[in-house]
Amino acid sequence: MATAAVSTERKNYLNAEYGIRSWLLTTDHKRIALLYLLSITLFFFIGGFFALLIRLELLTPAGDLMTADMYNKAFTMHGQIMVFFFLIPSIPAVLGNFLIPMMIGAKDLAFPRINLLSWYIYVAAGILYLYCLMTGGVDTGWTFYTPFSSQFSNTHVVEAGLAIFIVGFSSILTGLNFVVTVHRMRAPGMTWSRLPLFVWSHYATSIIMLLGTPIIAITLLLVVLERTLNLGIFDPTRGGDPVLFQHLFWFYSHPAVYIMILPSMAVISEIVPCFSRKRVFGYTFVAASSIAIAAIGFLVWAHHMFVAGISLYSALVFSFLSFLVAVPSAVKVFNWTATMYKGSISFSTPMLYAFGFIGLFTIGGLTGLFLATLGVDVHVHDTYFVIAHFHYVMVGGAVMGYLGGIHFWWPKISGRMYPEAWGRLAALIVFLGFNLTFFPQFVVGYLGMPRRYWQYPPEYQVYNVLSTAGASILAVGYLLPMVYLLWSLRYGKPAPDNPWQATGLEWRTPSPPPTFNFEETPVVTWEAYEYETMPLPDEVTLER
Amino acid sequence: MFDKLPLWPTSASVHARYEDGLFIFLTLVSLAMTLVIFAAVAIFSMKYRRRQGRQASHIEGSLLLEIGWSIAPLGIMMIMFAAGALLYFRMRTPPTDSDQVYVVAKQWMWKLQHMEGPREINQLHVPVGRDIELIMTSQDVIHSFYVPAFRVKQDVVPGRYTTLWFRATEPGTYHLFCAQYCGTMHSGMIGEVIVMDPKDYHAWMVNGAASGTLAQTGMTLFQQLGCNTCHRSDMQGRGPMLNGVFGHSVQLEDGRAVTADENYVRESILQPAAKIVSGFKNIMPSWQGQVNEEQLNQLVAYIKSLSPAPEGAAVNSGAAGGMQPQESEDTK
Repeated sequence: MATAAVSTERKNYLNAEYGIRSWLLTTDHKRIALLYLLSITLFFFIGGFFALLIRLELLTPAGDLMTADMYNKAFTMHGQIMVFFFLIPSIPAVLGNFLIPMMIGAKDLAFPRINLLSWYIYVAAGILYLYCLMTGGVDTGWTFYTPFSSQFSNTHVVEAGLAIFIVGFSSILTGLNFVVTVHRMRAPGMTWSRLPLFVWSHYATSIIMLLGTPIIAITLLLVVLERTLNLGIFDPTRGGDPVLFQHLFWFYSHPAVYIMILPSMAVISEIVPCFSRKRVFGYTFVAASSIAIAAIGFLVWAHHMFVAGISLYSALVFSFLSFLVAVPSAVKVFNWTATMYKGSISFSTPMLYAFGFIGLFTIGGLTGLFLATLGVDVHVHDTYFVIAHFHYVMVGGAVMGYLGGIHFWWPKISGRMYPEAWGRLAALIVFLGFNLTFFPQFVVGYLGMPRRYWQYPPEYQVYNVLSTAGASILAVGYLLPMVYLLWSLRYGKPAPDNPWQATGLEWRTPSPPPTFNFEETPVVTWEAYEYETMPLPDEVTLER
Repeated sequence: MFDKLPLWPTSASVHARYEDGLFIFLTLVSLAMTLVIFAAVAIFSMKYRRRQGRQASHIEGSLLLEIGWSIAPLGIMMIMFAAGALLYFRMRTPPTDSDQVYVVAKQWMWKLQHMEGPREINQLHVPVGRDIELIMTSQDVIHSFYVPAFRVKQDVVPGRYTTLWFRATEPGTYHLFCAQYCGTMHSGMIGEVIVMDPKDYHAWMVNGAASGTLAQTGMTLFQQLGCNTCHRSDMQGRGPMLNGVFGHSVQLEDGRAVTADENYVRESILQPAAKIVSGFKNIMPSWQGQVNEEQLNQLVAYIKSLSPAPEGAAVNSGAAGGMQPQESEDTK
């Protein structure tokens, strides 16, 4: 495979132009993806810093490390940064941006300038949020529940609300760009039934972004207006309804969970067939389940409100629909597992992350059933059980998928191989650290420890100590890839065009790709995942 | 510090056993499912791991399997749904003869008042074996009344009443938490529920003998505020007579009919224009901001006491006796 080593002279998207201007004014989807990668990584570590503060405070039952107000700000900003400035843009804006045009055989997204605009909007919102953080922060919880946020909090709710209002437009524009691109820019022969599942999943995600994000924008704007103009929409003393806010908030924020997890499922659907050397099992069902999740996902929001005082009968309906939305997720897990049956499975780093994803997402999904079960939810709602559940989905699921994807496509993005042994080690550390952090929270949640508690009764301490220990291991697992991926940019082995012998169009172009992705527009005459036609990858090129 | 490692929360109410059973059922199903997935992944990845010359088989999918693994989980989930819904219905439907306690939540404190009069802060004394219904509201932000040992939780929302009921089965002292984030000292908004032997409870109740029952205080307030000038008991007032209204259907001016419950009475005091009783004019002033939450509770309790529970429904022979205040209809 040594013959495949590329000449360093070859022009690609990275060395096509030099200088800061060429990056800040680029319309190349691949460069914009890297701009996003840098900015969301920054926010990931800021959000992670707050997570660390939370875990350190909870090491002891007494509120001793921070003041109560500081702690409240820490979990608020951890949540808001991780959800709105990391998880929602993570896979779509980085991997989706980089890969979707290549996967469908296009030169770029449909609206390259709008793509750049959405990054600038993201940055503007990010700066506003950092300003909010620097000037004192916000303490409403990431959920902004009224009337606390609208009338009682004395922190920078307006700035935080506006920042998230603004960052929503970045997400809307990205979604719009993807939808139009998938409809209009597919190469000849790239029919809908030949689309990689990565694209299907992102298509479903984009629909949610387009339809859901305006609702959160309006909702947060109402909170801002309520604070500044004293509107009274959520104020019960003037005929307003504080619970109305929760309906509006979750109408977006539950589908937002699928904005975070669907792209991760997209990554897994690429990794599992590649490292099993097999077609994905039940292509149609995996593709359709993405659409089903997006559709049903809009109809389950009130399962966050079973104890909020909603009517008995609406609770029944929402409980039922919440069970229903579990079906397409389960279908995906079954299909990935079945894909491995009679495959030829290798344990490369991306596949280890895929294993991790399947395991953790299964636990995250199944514990979701506990919360959909009305009588059980009454007890565990707003306890650490819920915290554990959604971290299994959003960290165990979404972040595992993100890291798996970053490793899988790193050769394509950077033109370098990462050190495989370090990659495997980091994946293992992340998996162990994650479970040690969050599994004890299921137990302490069932015991009754409420979320967002700065101090807690001493009988819950053992589980919190375990959790904090796990978090420090997890931190190592997240820092390691930072180090060796950066290292590989200089010292990594040059990557061949298709190191994994994967089937996607993005692998039929040089690593790193030229600015316009393909020398000539590809014509697709094959199905997705025809792994039976591909040779086995040469393991030697993968090991360093 | 590590002397106790609790694994299961105390169960001390009638809901708790049911909820625990359901939780164990869900855990077993989840464990089985997790095991199936984990075992499949482990077995496949071991058995089919890449070796020299191993070729993957060509398999596209199976409609039968897809249908099977969609329908089967859905079937199991419907059992969860039904069992969970039944428990939830029980939790949300208080027995008609339960003892009532009014709860006002505020940043960061629980204020409770028993029908018999005694007030408590961050503590709730209840007798074992009695159905207790809490009628709750908040005077600021949303809070949530949560007693893990009883497996009950209900948000406490400003501007309306929400209710929660339980029947404690074991004497003891249990955590009371605020479960809905409510600001700086959210984690300090905790208290305890003290479940007592009926005899001890009676002694406690007598000890804490207050100036009068909640309804009596409400009656005094009703007169002080001059409510009785319009709401007379002789049908001659400018406002509707309130005797026998609570718990019954009320015909409204716009043709609708509503049941007079706590939320209706509350709204009629704070926003009288919202629902005008058929045959009356919209002349009552709003009391929004004029009476506080506790006074509202007293008025509600008083108006409630004007409608004795229907025959047979209320068999009130609680240990403390006279749980349901039976005021005379004499409002002057």
